Amino acid sequence: MATSPTPAAERENYLNTEYGIRSWLLTTDHKRIALLYLLLITFFFFIGGFFALLIRLELLTPAGDLVQADTYNKLFTMHGQVMVFFFLIPAIPAVLGNFLIPIMIGAKDLAFPRINLFSWYLLVIGGLLMMYTILTGGADTGWTFYPPFSTAFAKSQVVTAALAIFVAGFSSILTGLNFIVTIHRMRAPGMTWSRLPLFVWANYATSIIQVLGTPVLAITLMLVALDRLFAFGIFDPQRGGDPLLFQHLFWFYSHPAVYIMILPGMGVVSEVVSCFSRKRIFGYKFMALALIAIAVLGFLVWAHHMFVAGISLYAALVFSLLSYLVAVPSAIKVFNWTATMYKGSISYATPMLYAFGFIGLFTMGGLTGLFLAALGVDVHVTDTYFVIAHFHYIMVGGMVMAYIGGLHFWWPKISGRMYPEAWGKLAALIIFVGFNLTFFPQFVLGYLGMPRRYWQYSPEFQVLNVLSTAGATILAVGYVLPMVYFLWSMRYGKVADENPWGAAGLEWMTASPPPTFNFDETPVVTWEAYDYANLKEVPVEP
Amino acid sequence: MVGERGIMSAHVVPKKTYIAVWITLMILTVVTAAVSRIDLGKVSAIVALTIATGKALLVVLFFMGVKYIGQKMTIVVIVAGIFWLAILMVLSMADYGTRLWS
Amino acid sequence: MSHSPAVVTHDQVHNPALQHHFATMEQQQEASTMGMWVFLITEIMFFGGMFTAYMVYRYMYYQAFVAGSEKMDFWWGTINTVVLICSSLTMALAVRSSQIGQRKALVVLLIITMLFGCVFMGIKAIEYTGHWKEHQFPGTNFHFEGPDPQHVEIFFSLYWAMTGFHALHMLIGIIIVGVIAFYSWRGKYGPDYYNPVENVGLYWHFVDMVWIYLYPLLYLISHKHGG
Repeated sequence: MATSPTPAAERENYLNTEYGIRSWLLTTDHKRIALLYLLLITFFFFIGGFFALLIRLELLTPAGDLVQADTYNKLFTMHGQVMVFFFLIPAIPAVLGNFLIPIMIGAKDLAFPRINLFSWYLLVIGGLLMMYTILTGGADTGWTFYPPFSTAFAKSQVVTAALAIFVAGFSSILTGLNFIVTIHRMRAPGMTWSRLPLFVWANYATSIIQVLGTPVLAITLMLVALDRLFAFGIFDPQRGGDPLLFQHLFWFYSHPAVYIMILPGMGVVSEVVSCFSRKRIFGYKFMALALIAIAVLGFLVWAHHMFVAGISLYAALVFSLLSYLVAVPSAIKVFNWTATMYKGSISYATPMLYAFGFIGLFTMGGLTGLFLAALGVDVHVTDTYFVIAHFHYIMVGGMVMAYIGGLHFWWPKISGRMYPEAWGKLAALIIFVGFNLTFFPQFVLGYLGMPRRYWQYSPEFQVLNVLSTAGATILAVGYVLPMVYFLWSMRYGKVADENPWGAAGLEWMTASPPPTFNFDETPVVTWEAYDYANLKEVPVEP
Repeated sequence: MVGERGIMSAHVVPKKTYIAVWITLMILTVVTAAVSRIDLGKVSAIVALTIATGKALLVVLFFMGVKYIGQKMTIVVIVAGIFWLAILMVLSMADYGTRLWS
Repeated sequence: MSHSPAVVTHDQVHNPALQHHFATMEQQQEASTMGMWVFLITEIMFFGGMFTAYMVYRYMYYQAFVAGSEKMDFWWGTINTVVLICSSLTMALAVRSSQIGQRKALVVLLIITMLFGCVFMGIKAIEYTGHWKEHQFPGTNFHFEGPDPQHVEIFFSLYWAMTGFHALHMLIGIIIVGVIAFYSWRGKYGPDYYNPVENVGLYWHFVDMVWIYLYPLLYLISHKHGG
């Protein structure tokens, strides 16, 4: 496919084929829908980030001086709900997955393009409900909606928050459904399962969780709403209901939801590490199987969120044991990324820096997860900042790193332009430093006993909290930078050719940006994934 | 794929089969209703659920046509759904069933 | 680049129902069927959450569940089961008619299916009215004479939630069967393209199947023994 490097503006591509607001809002092109998602979740990322900054500002001093206790409850609730359901869960699948999966498997579009657009509108509706919730006072139940507080006592917008997440959940379900069917039925000739890029495998595993887990969350939130609106009492202990049943149902989804947030990140990192090591990914089959294994095992461990809630000791033992099992496929992934880099010719482009960040921070987040899976240690650190630090290492250190890294990696494909590499490296560094400064002190704080979800704390915790707040400020700068230079690059960036990284994979064999139907002719795949040994081209240093 | 318009060769099930399945479902409904009136002790729930599952199986295999479907994937999808529901139920009961053990 | 993708050509007579991004009708049909089945397992999990809640509470409060079940109307429940089974037969026959291109039979069978659905909803409305009047709707209005009213209320909460969501699915089912009946009347479906009819059928049978379980679990709990 020897396309002469014509400037992006002259070629017809998905961006310039049609103009006007209608051509975007009624599009069924998966690439345009991906950009619609990008706009939407970036908006919610900054909303959620705004709440995070307020939280960190309040925690700058031991006294509760910036906001009232009640307001603080709302701040962390809205931060959690917005970030989880309107940023992290749609982030990589709905933006990068939507854009890349059809191209990576050599298809013209997802199997159900109109359902794809409908999913976006569902997220918009959910988002509007969430904004309504926020503007009318917010919810204060924590993102977890635990009854009986959420059903009988909370005097905040619990029902609209639940409804917002219910609707966003269906967006997530339909995206997963679309991906599963697309990956099964739309692969180009020769694109066998063992030739699929790991990014596709990762999104496939993610989709399994979205499809099987999210409906349980949906019905659980509906039952909470029924309890609250009509006093059904299904989860009300005063009337014979069992609040722990809510926790079982909620975590049946919400623990696997952690893997919805991390698996696609693993997919991005696999692509990036392989590309910038100029090597086939080490242990491809194990990498693919590990993704599926994490998706399946992730459903067997939920009650480790409930160890101190009063579940049966015997069940707790079983769940503790099962929780350790998830570490096995996770460790396989980390080992294999490392092995891929071993003796590779590594180049330190921005996406690779994010991949390094991901591997290190995910490993820390994962290992501290083992602390929490251990019954005895969990009793000590439950509901402390240790837990907060642990899951932020996975979600922010892992997922957000991979997401931003992936955006950099595929930005030339998405926009047809290169981002400024020096600025990219600087931002990656700032984010890495800011992140660790924010969240590492929280491990210590939690281990020393600082509880989560309080707006005041004992004065001896102040030094570490100041460090954390300082880190959050740096992190915020790090997040704004890429947004600025991505926008800048759309006009002033160097024009990208079809394969600026010299990467393997079908998405690099079509123009940047791709034409509306991705390929001028349906490709026939005759080579294995990550076939760097047979790629002649030398990567161009940007 | 067969035929010049590229349409799948649909398996058209004879009317007789559908009607036979319908009659069986009716009979099973009567049986389950009748059995509920008889004292079977502990096994009554098992009997009721077995009959319900038998009926569901008939619906899935014949009315929904899984028996005639060529795609193995459909069966994998269905089994996955049932398996995941079993995970939810069994592991939840692992808690409730053992809470009173001391 | 050392790899060069070759070209695939499709010697296909173009079917007007073939969407641009599919290569063949077969691919489109397989994708659509698979999508429907994946959707149905999300429905299994949706109802599964309630069935799990039912199982847990039935295990905990068996006697109260028996007491609640005795307040169900056995005959209405049984008749509704029969109605739904009949509707499944007409739905299955409707799909068959579309496969063999009998347009008139297709439309008539779809309308009969809708009518069965409406009968079901009517009976459900009668039952709901009765339960409402008997103070068997949970909440402040709830009243139950007999032992352990609190846990009987849990039974009724689950009854309303489970049958309510089932009825909502029925309502959606009736509407989409109506839409499909309209397009069938316009002659959109035939042996070449009957996938939408088939998928609506799958949905209808699934909703029927949920009721097949709800019927014994809610109406027929044995009152003759202790749990």
